[in-house]
Amino acid sequence: MTATTVDQVTTRRRTELKQIPLSRVVRVELRKMFDTRSGFWLIASIAITGLIATVATVAFAPDKYLTYYNFAKAVGYPITVILPMVALLSITSEWSQRSGLTTFTYVPSRRRVIWAKTLSSVIVAVASMVFAFAVGAIGNVVGSAIAGTPTVWDLSVGHALTIVLGNLVSLSIGTMLGMVLRSSAGGLVMYFVLVLLVPNLSSLLATSQDWYRDLQPWVDLPFAQAYLFEGMHTGAQWAHVATTVGLWIVLPGIFGLRRVMRSEVK
Amino acid sequence: MITIDSLTKKYGGHTVVHDINFTARSGRVTGFLGPNGAGKSTSMRMMVGLTTPTEGTATISGRRFADLPNPGREVGVMLDASAQHAGRTGREILTIAQQIMGVPASRVPELLELVSLTGTEADRRVGNYSLGMRQRLGIAAALIGDPSVLILDEPANGLDPAGIRWMRDLLRDYADHGGTVLLSSHLLAEIEIIADDIVMIGQGRIVSQGSKAELLAAAGTVVRAADIEALQRALAAAGVTTTVSEDGSLRTDTEAAVVGRAAYEGGVVLTELRNADSGGLEEMFLELTADTQRDTHSDTHSDTRRERTAA
Repeated sequence: MTATTVDQVTTRRRTELKQIPLSRVVRVELRKMFDTRSGFWLIASIAITGLIATVATVAFAPDKYLTYYNFAKAVGYPITVILPMVALLSITSEWSQRSGLTTFTYVPSRRRVIWAKTLSSVIVAVASMVFAFAVGAIGNVVGSAIAGTPTVWDLSVGHALTIVLGNLVSLSIGTMLGMVLRSSAGGLVMYFVLVLLVPNLSSLLATSQDWYRDLQPWVDLPFAQAYLFEGMHTGAQWAHVATTVGLWIVLPGIFGLRRVMRSEVK
Repeated sequence: MITIDSLTKKYGGHTVVHDINFTARSGRVTGFLGPNGAGKSTSMRMMVGLTTPTEGTATISGRRFADLPNPGREVGVMLDASAQHAGRTGREILTIAQQIMGVPASRVPELLELVSLTGTEADRRVGNYSLGMRQRLGIAAALIGDPSVLILDEPANGLDPAGIRWMRDLLRDYADHGGTVLLSSHLLAEIEIIADDIVMIGQGRIVSQGSKAELLAAAGTVVRAADIEALQRALAAAGVTTTVSEDGSLRTDTEAAVVGRAAYEGGVVLTELRNADSGGLEEMFLELTADTQRDTHSDTHSDTRRERTAA
């Protein structure tokens, strides 16, 4: 036993202890997203698939599709799929890997931990989209040069912002599911059910049932979310986005947060 | 100091922890002893806010754990050394603790050295660690914030005898410098080596508590003589009730001085007279938790009980 640790036990300076600032919790949570092999490669896969998508667009897309919007969309698509998993796993791993035993004893307020995790996911999301827009721009310049077509910049700032918003909505699906299920395996399965199976069922229902066709934009989250990616035009579209987000993310999110606050960490 | 006041946890109709009260004092190592499933871990989780108590409170230096501004700087906690992301390295786990608590980065190598994890070991993923290495890492993470209170659940689990000795010295030194240590174990031998005070728990209730010295004294006196029957008569004459142990010695709850005088007055030559040692404490542990033990205890023990009842 060396003296360093123990000598100080009695000469305590308790008064100077301050609450851990949220910025520090966010920084640590951000670090935890990258410091495992699985976490690192999950986020790296956003960049890798983004680059592959750019090259594929240059190589295979017809010349008239070589516009900035299409490049940004191709690069951005993997982000939309992968980011919610990053957000989900950052929450569920505390339970599935049981690291919550330490995390929630370092920061006993679970609300702050969840908030910090959500903010870290948003930071990763924004950084990924800046990357997507940049790679998309390079792809657009290079692609149009190779094809010999004029370089078309057809993405307005407003539209770019709604795309960012659309991705944040996707991301919050992961956050919501993470809080509700608190299990990595269950969360990932439900995530794919929600983004792959439910929309298909919904469109099937819309084609066969008249009464549902008018209801769909109000209850089908990916349907309403598509407005954000393709560009918002009407106030009704915003109302659809708000309603579906409330229904699929805010309400279950509140339920999930209550579960997180009350559940036992073992 | 840790103060546990009427702490109770019920799951549905099932009471796992039943109205426990005790204090772990500073400068002392308090052993929380009980068989598996007695409610030790649930109690410890309630102390650090991971489980909400049904009733009662647990405070650390007068404050609830959840009210501590930076808990890692005041309370070192290790509830399960294996509860870590298997994909992180030992060094990374300590770095996370160091960063969130806001202590200097130099604490990481310091603590690695303290718990004798080498640089190579620290850079391996904890998924590849042995239980003993995880325990050492868990101790390092608990100590990194330089806390004045330690709460450790089964810290000696998976340590070899040398490791247990190392932990005893570490915790002894820590308590001697004014720290408070609460550690749990289901093994009496471990607690006996490490702890100053003992809190015994069985089926969610505290069955006995006190300093180790008190509990050892309470375990009684062992006395032996060449002529055991003469000794029995002499002691009986003095009103001392005894039981015969298997090894031929007599055991009594009366203190040694009284036994010695009774033997002297009866003119019996003693060959041994001492406080009942760990065997006595162990017997008490088994007896106190007899109704709560999952396994039926050894025949030796039931024999002793029968003899005692007979006597």
